[in-house]
Amino acid sequence: MADNGDDDNQYRIKEGDYVVLKRGEIFKAVQIQPRKKVIFEKQWIFLDNAVGQLYSTTFEILSGGNLKPHELKDTASPLDAVEAGTDNRNIVDDGKSQKLTRDDIEALKEKGLKGQDIIKKLVDNHATFGDKTEYSQVKYIKKKKKKYENTVMILKPSCRILAMMYHGREPGKICHLRYDTLAQMLTLANIHAGSKVLVFETCAGLVLGSIMERMGGYGSVIQMYPGGGPVRAGVENFGFPAHFHDTLHEFPICHVNALLAGTLDTSAKDPTAEEQGSPEEESMVTNTGDDAGQDVEKTEKDKLKEAKVCPTSNGERLPYHMNAMDIITAKRLLELINFLHAHVPLIECFKKLKECGGTVNLRLTDTWLRHYQVLPDRTHPLLLMSGGGGYLLSGTTVATDHSKPAGSKQAEEPAPKRQKLEDTEG
Amino acid sequence: MSFVEYSDLIQDGDVAIIYLSHNNVMPVKVQQGAQTQTRYGVIRHSTDLIGQRYGSKVTCSKGWFHVLHPTPELWTVALPHRTQILYTTDIAFITMMLELRPGSIVCESGTGSGSLSHAILRTIAPTGHLHTVEFHQQRAEKVAEEFKEHRVDHLVTVRNQDVCKDGFGVTGVADAVFLDIPSPWDAVGHAKVAMKKHGGRLCSFSPCIEQVQKTCEALQDQGFEDISTTEVLLREYDVRTVSLPLPDFGPDPESTEEATPAAPPNHASISLKTTTLPREMPGHTGYLTFATKPRT
Repeated sequence: MADNGDDDNQYRIKEGDYVVLKRGEIFKAVQIQPRKKVIFEKQWIFLDNAVGQLYSTTFEILSGGNLKPHELKDTASPLDAVEAGTDNRNIVDDGKSQKLTRDDIEALKEKGLKGQDIIKKLVDNHATFGDKTEYSQVKYIKKKKKKYENTVMILKPSCRILAMMYHGREPGKICHLRYDTLAQMLTLANIHAGSKVLVFETCAGLVLGSIMERMGGYGSVIQMYPGGGPVRAGVENFGFPAHFHDTLHEFPICHVNALLAGTLDTSAKDPTAEEQGSPEEESMVTNTGDDAGQDVEKTEKDKLKEAKVCPTSNGERLPYHMNAMDIITAKRLLELINFLHAHVPLIECFKKLKECGGTVNLRLTDTWLRHYQVLPDRTHPLLLMSGGGGYLLSGTTVATDHSKPAGSKQAEEPAPKRQKLEDTEG
Repeated sequence: MSFVEYSDLIQDGDVAIIYLSHNNVMPVKVQQGAQTQTRYGVIRHSTDLIGQRYGSKVTCSKGWFHVLHPTPELWTVALPHRTQILYTTDIAFITMMLELRPGSIVCESGTGSGSLSHAILRTIAPTGHLHTVEFHQQRAEKVAEEFKEHRVDHLVTVRNQDVCKDGFGVTGVADAVFLDIPSPWDAVGHAKVAMKKHGGRLCSFSPCIEQVQKTCEALQDQGFEDISTTEVLLREYDVRTVSLPLPDFGPDPESTEEATPAAPPNHASISLKTTTLPREMPGHTGYLTFATKPRT
C-alpha cells in the first residue's frame, strides 16, 4: 500500500529541530533557531526559510544569507556544443589557460551570478577547454561545481550522517573512531530494542546517541562517566523524541569502588531514576540489600555489585579502559566491546581478560575501508583512503567455573574507552 | 529464547548455540530426550541443556564447551550454508548505512541462507517488518521454517518469486532495500516502487565490478542520489606471546668490576605479548553500493 500524502508532516522541517546541513561530502549539525546566523562552508546562512519545507530539500543560498528551495533548471549543460580532444599530448600546463582572473570571478559572484552560470563563464574563457578529452572536461566541470555551487541540503540526522560528519570534521572529538568501526561495534554488541547497555565513552556522545538510535526508545542505557558530569552534546544532534531520554541513565565512575564494596548508598544514586519511579528503577532500589546469590537484578548497579573484580596486576591505577575492564567482568552473558585508536593497550586488556577467564570469542580486529569511483571506463578505487579507523576488542562473557548462577540475562555493553592521553583536546 | 530477545534459561524447543571454539560453533535444536554428538562427547539435552542458564559450561566425556544464547552474529557463523552468505563485517556496515533501526520496513532479495535477514530482524524489532524475496523454492521454504523456529516469523514475510520480474510484493512502504542478486540493475526499478514516496536508502552487494558498473548506471537512470561504492574488510590480529632472542655482542669492553665474567647471557631472549598478523586474510567479499532514493 502506498503511503498517503498527509503524513508528510513528519517529514517537514520544524523550528527547534536538530538537522544536518550538507554540501557534497561536507556535513554540519545545527539546530533550527529563528533569526540565528549559522556559518557553513565560509557562508553565513539564516535557516528560517527552511521551516515548513521537507527534509532533504536542496536550498540555494541567496546573497542575504536566506534560503530558497533550489529549482533544478534544465539549462543546457556547459558541455553542449563543445568539441573535445583525444588526449593531452599538446596541452601545456602554463597556468594561462583561464582568462578570467580571481577578481573577475569575485565580481561575477558579487553580481549574484548563479554557480552554474559562473561555470559556463569559466568554460567559455578557457583557452584549451576544447582540447581536453571528454572525460577531462567532465572532471573539470565537476571540480568547478564543487567550488562554486551555492546550495545546501538539509537532512534529518541519523547515526550514519553524524558518524560521517564527526569523522570528517572533528575526528579528534571522537577518538578517531571511523564510522564503519562504529558500525561494527553496534552490531557486535547486539544493540537492539530492549537491550540494557552499559556505556563508557569519550566520543562526545556520538556512540551513546548511536546506541540509543538502535534501541528505538526501548530498553535502557546506562552511561558511566568520569569527572563531574556526562558529556552528551553528540546525543542532542540526533534529535531524538523526548521519551527516548527516559531510557538514559548515568553513573559516575568515581562511585564504582564504593558500589563494588557495597558501601554505596544506591537509594539516592540516580536522581533521574527517583523522578521516574518506573518499575525498573524500583527494582534497583529494592534489590540493594540482596546478596550476590540472588537472581533477577534488573539494573546495572546490581550487576556491578555482582561483578567479579579482577585485581590489576600490581595494584596501580591503570588507564581508564583497563580499570573499566575490571568492572564489566560480570557473571552473565554479555557482549564486550572495547574501542581504542591504538592497539597496544588493547593487548593488555586482552591479556587481562584471558587471565580472569570467563570470556569466549575474544578478538582484536580492525576494518579496512575503501571507496570507489564508478564511471563507465573510469572505474577505480579512490586515490586516497583512510589509514585506519581504530581497533576493536570484542568478546562474550560466560559463566565461570566457580560462579553462582548468573543474574539477569540482558545483554550489556561497555562502549569505547580510551586512555587519558595527552591528545585529548580541551 | 528468540533471536530478538534474550532469555535466561534454556528451554525445550529453543535453538541454542554450542560454542566449542572460535571456528567451531554449532546450532542445536533443544529437545526433551534428544542427544547431540560433538567431538567432546554426547550432549544429553534433558540434563545438560534444558533448565540450564545460557552462558553455562557443559562438560562431556572428552571435554567441555559453553552454550550461548543465539544472536544473529553467532547464527551467521553457525548456520548451515545453502548459498554463499554475508558475514558480520559487511552486515554491520550495511545496517548502519541503510539507517536501520526499530520500526524500519525493509525489502531484501535474495534471502539465500538468511544470514543478513536475521541481523535485519534483530535491528528492526519489535515494530518493523522485513519483506524478503527468494526465487529458489526450497531455500525460501527452509528459511521460512528457520524464522519460525527462531521465533521471529511475526516480523518477516517470505515471498518465493523473482524480484527482477515481480518485484518485492509491496509498494511504497520500504525505508530500505537490499539487493544481493546476480542482476541487481534489473531490480532497481522494482526497488524504487517498493520504497516510500518520501525516500529511503538502497544497497546492492555484488562480487564483480562489472555488476557494480551496471547497477550504478541503473541507479543514476532511475534518479537515485548519493550513489557510492565501498568495500570493507576485516583484519584480525593474533594476540600472542612472542619470544625474541637477544643478540650476544660479546662481553662489554667498557665495564670493569661490575660485570663478572660469569655473568650468564641468561636473558638471551625477551618475551613480549604482542600482535602478529595472520598468514591470510579475507581479501574480498563484494562491493557495496549505496544510494538514496529522493522524494518522488
